[in-house]
Amino acid sequence: MSQTFPISVTVNGKVYNREVEPRLLLSDFLRHDLGLIGTHVGCEHGICGACTILFDGEPVRSCLIFAVQANGHEIRTVESLGTPDHLHPLQQSFKDKHALQCGFCTPGFLMTLVPFLEEHPNPSEDEIREAIDGNICRCTGYEKIVEAVEDAAAKLSQAK
Amino acid sequence: MKPVNFDYYAPTSVEEALDTLAELGYNGKVLAGGQSLIAAMNFRMARPGALVDLNNIPELSYIKPTPEGGLAIGTMTRVYAVEHSPEVAKRFPLLPEVAKFIAHPQIRRRGTFGGAIAHADPAGQLPSISMVMNMKCLIKGKGKEDRWVDAPDLIIGPFMTVIEPDEMLAEVVINPLPARTGARYEQVSRQNGGYAQAAVASIVTLDEKDNCKDVRMILMGVGELPILSTKASEILVGNKPTTEAIEAVAEEAAASEIDPATDLHGTAEYRRSITRVLIVRSLTEAFARAEKGG
Amino acid sequence: MTAKYLSQPIKRLEDKYLLTGNARYVDDIEVPGVLHAAFLRSDYAHAKINKIDVSEARKRPGVVAVFTAEDFGDFWKPGPLQVPPPTAIAGSKFNARTIVPIAKDKIRYSGEALAVVIAESRYIAEDAFDDIIVDVEPLPAVIDLEKAWEDTSVLVHDDLPSNMAALVSQEVGNYEEAKKNADVVVSKRMLVEHVAGAAMENRGFVAKWDEQDQQMTIWANTQSPLTVRGSVARNLGLAESQVRVITPYIGGGFGPKVMTSLSDDVLIPWIAKKLNRPIKWTEDRRENFLATTSERDQIHHCEIALKKDGTILGFKDVFYHNTGAYDSYGMTVPLNTQTHTISNYRVPNFYTEIRMVFTNTMVVTPVRGAGRSEGVFVMERMIDFAAKKLGMDPTELRLKNLLTAEEMPHKTGIIGQDFVANVLDSGDYLDNYQKCLKAVDYEKFRKEIQPKARKEGKRLGIGVVAFTEGTAVGPYEGCKVTISTNGKVTMATGYSTQGQGHQTVFAQIIADQLNVKVEDVKVITGDTGSFAWGAGTFASRGATLVGTASYLAAQKVRAKIFATASKAFGVPEDEIELGEGFVFVKGKPENKITLGDLAIKANPMRGVVEPGVEPGLEATAYYGPPHGATGSGALAVIVSVDPETYKVKVERFVMVDDCGTIINPLILDGQIDGGVSMGIGNTLYEKMVYDENGQMLTASFMDYLMPQATDMPKKIEIIHQHNKSPLNPLGIKGIGEAGAIPPGPAICQALEDAFSEIPLEILESNLNPSIIYDYVKKARNS
Repeated sequence: MSQTFPISVTVNGKVYNREVEPRLLLSDFLRHDLGLIGTHVGCEHGICGACTILFDGEPVRSCLIFAVQANGHEIRTVESLGTPDHLHPLQQSFKDKHALQCGFCTPGFLMTLVPFLEEHPNPSEDEIREAIDGNICRCTGYEKIVEAVEDAAAKLSQAK
Repeated sequence: MKPVNFDYYAPTSVEEALDTLAELGYNGKVLAGGQSLIAAMNFRMARPGALVDLNNIPELSYIKPTPEGGLAIGTMTRVYAVEHSPEVAKRFPLLPEVAKFIAHPQIRRRGTFGGAIAHADPAGQLPSISMVMNMKCLIKGKGKEDRWVDAPDLIIGPFMTVIEPDEMLAEVVINPLPARTGARYEQVSRQNGGYAQAAVASIVTLDEKDNCKDVRMILMGVGELPILSTKASEILVGNKPTTEAIEAVAEEAAASEIDPATDLHGTAEYRRSITRVLIVRSLTEAFARAEKGG
Repeated sequence: MTAKYLSQPIKRLEDKYLLTGNARYVDDIEVPGVLHAAFLRSDYAHAKINKIDVSEARKRPGVVAVFTAEDFGDFWKPGPLQVPPPTAIAGSKFNARTIVPIAKDKIRYSGEALAVVIAESRYIAEDAFDDIIVDVEPLPAVIDLEKAWEDTSVLVHDDLPSNMAALVSQEVGNYEEAKKNADVVVSKRMLVEHVAGAAMENRGFVAKWDEQDQQMTIWANTQSPLTVRGSVARNLGLAESQVRVITPYIGGGFGPKVMTSLSDDVLIPWIAKKLNRPIKWTEDRRENFLATTSERDQIHHCEIALKKDGTILGFKDVFYHNTGAYDSYGMTVPLNTQTHTISNYRVPNFYTEIRMVFTNTMVVTPVRGAGRSEGVFVMERMIDFAAKKLGMDPTELRLKNLLTAEEMPHKTGIIGQDFVANVLDSGDYLDNYQKCLKAVDYEKFRKEIQPKARKEGKRLGIGVVAFTEGTAVGPYEGCKVTISTNGKVTMATGYSTQGQGHQTVFAQIIADQLNVKVEDVKVITGDTGSFAWGAGTFASRGATLVGTASYLAAQKVRAKIFATASKAFGVPEDEIELGEGFVFVKGKPENKITLGDLAIKANPMRGVVEPGVEPGLEATAYYGPPHGATGSGALAVIVSVDPETYKVKVERFVMVDDCGTIINPLILDGQIDGGVSMGIGNTLYEKMVYDENGQMLTASFMDYLMPQATDMPKKIEIIHQHNKSPLNPLGIKGIGEAGAIPPGPAICQALEDAFSEIPLEILESNLNPSIIYDYVKKARNS
């Protein structure tokens, strides 16, 4: 074990104090050190988007950030959205529109789309497709994901 | 796909960062957004001995107007911030236009403006744009006087710049464009967010008689390095930017100024062919925009 | 019997866990004391191994053990034939050379394991690669299929006289005789290129040996948990009952996860037992490209013979099929190609020959589409070429030769992947095609849309193709349905699931039979501790085989409900009525027994049970079809092509599909959509490329282009046909691969149509704008 660094990270509102090797990827830290398994790892080179999380509110790839860099920052993962019995409106729309199959890419899509819908409460189909271009889904062909985002946007703007 | 170990430094000021870089010498590498570097480290293709992380230096992240009417952009400003800055859009609409082509939104949220330029990836959009816009790059080093390098002189080879191991790119200044200047970026890639198979950025200025006063055009992805076209100014400056003239630039530049390679995604011939197309599209739109006042 | 749930768009029961990060995938399994495995993989595709020195690696802090082939002693041996070759085809030749778990003496593909490092973390395990000295003598590699077949100077397996893995020919009628009567004969050579399954979740394997209980527990994202259980037991000399394989949630399968006896499932259990420590291996994306199986990669030499009026007289296809360095998975893929080449059409004379060849690449096994895509591609292309030669519209030629409902069942006589002569059981292929033409409004496109676009300088083209999808092959699957004393239902099957919605569709079928709420049926998939019989997830067979077994098992349980209730109420069975979750005597709904209480009564603790009565409201059933059920359909695409950059956009996508009875329309459309994205990806983006030295040039998502949201058409229009299969009681046919099959030939036809004024002929399945540019240039110059 080489040198480790103490870090203090707020994840989903909870403060975690840990010692990490500088090379530890944030994705591995969240999954294996904190047990937040909802963040998935699909490529570890920043293309697939399965590991997307919110870093100080910004959707980023957790496989392209070191855990040590999260020191003092605020992270949100899919676990911060809804629970199985109380889904977030976007999660509910994904379920209603059959926007997921194997579910492996889904948390990355959700974490990309939550801030997107905040910034684009009434998105066009083209805007939605561009927003999720950095998330690969092998199962759905994306059409039902687009429908789910439209559905969620309608629900969320009605709720306001 | 896990990176090798490295020593990690997280300076909180430019001064401290420069001290650390000076101490580390060739062993040290700046970590900006890390969106290219960490991917390469995960493949173990990059194995830096030490990383100097600039993410804890807030003073490196800003977009500020210069007294001349241009903009100064701190090296750690995220590409996403540049893409969405009203200041940038007002002065240099070319930048947000280009930014949309840079990888995917999540990468642009983390990737930095200065980091992308200093990485000098010949396939990257920002090094090319820094060259065509002739951006001024501020390089700092411990015990050294600040030096300003024009972007075309900064990049000396693929992934190579004049920045010394004990130095860092601190700021990029973009000088204001003259009146009646228009610009346009055109790119062909296999997919959105993918590498350019060929790309062309043009910046043109018209004089009061609607003749071409100045033209800067860069050809990207079609040679070892981005290529600043000389044919464009030879043919266009002082003349009306007619369809024929633009086509002549496209013909000649595509024939003699570029050296595209054949790769998995296309032949050299194809890339030459689309370069010709993109030059026409880029110049035509740039002149149209110049005519409308830029 | 009321069908409250069957054919309804029931929202998936599994989603709430998947959506919230509460679904556990294999890499999420945390076993205390776990060690991590990493495989050092060969950079060379073909080389003789002199020595692999791991002594320094063993000394690295954090490294617990390092093994090479030598260290496994007698345990090292080539794996089993996971799929045997078909013995039913007379004269067929097959050279079995099965995959080895780790290279010994010789390296046969780039990415083959050379050493396995066991360490405290994956990071440290990868660090240790730097300490390993690999001394090899590189050999020339053989990659090109035709060259590999002809040229014996480079042999993948030195003990064979050539690189022939198999030679299988089948014929119905007599092609050469039929050809003599032909007015038109067209011959072409075509490529169907190499693509990856590329599930978003890479493979993974965790093994834990319990010394006290003498039990091996395995978590793996395999499509074949029972095959893994059997091979692990045999490898380690254990009884099957000592090995439990659990498939947790799986992040997509698409075929490659069916392959077993790889480095992980052979070596990791052995190491876990030897070290008496749990071991985890999580494949990374690079390994997934290099060392997980993939598919397509065929070269076809086709010939079609027709009468002037367009009647097809015969078809001949001699094709090379890459099996990679080993052929443990038998001939599933090329046999599928043989059955699908002619299956849409009336082809009285058909000769087909497989030349399966060893090359220095990773093994080829099915990927969604699995041989069908290739067969349909070459047939559809040949019909297009024939139509041009005959001066006919390509749709007209198809309409003339497509099979109709009256001709079903139709025996093609070609033996397929299930080793029985192919019978097309149901469907109306002509009607599929006609409906597709109507839906896309072919006439209007030809007469109005295309000419108008052409005037505006836009290039639009249309392609309309037909396809079949052989599905639901044997041997069998099964399940056990149990009503618990809390009134809820559990179903357990050995079938593993990768996102197809099995937990919902099987529950729908069972809920209807037992009259319970669908959410009260819990489906356990792919846990050999719960159910230990079955073959695996492949060939779009889950809905049909496990669905039918669910139906049969639930019917048995239903019979037990009535028998038990009859005794409890003391009335004949026909006076019993089954309400939602309870039973009562007809006319007396106020006196009911819940299914939970009935389950208690069905398991008496004292007294005497009558002979022949089995305890519990529980039953097991199996289903095996006589042969596969064949789905079918048609696809119309309209594409636009940028006349300057040759970028292609799919503007309209209209698909007709017939999978018989629809279990869940929501899930069905999802299956089609996903297949379509793979079909479009395979045609316009994805391509696995090996260079002539056997180096893979596309071992990342930077080079292997996965279809993105902006690459897909905005709407996949789907029209469902409902021709039930006569083979099973519910009339189900599979659907999993349909979408992946027809996009290739449809897009090619549409591209040729977009340039109809020049003799454009597309002879390969994977296109990029540069390739289209080359084709157009060649056609313009000809």
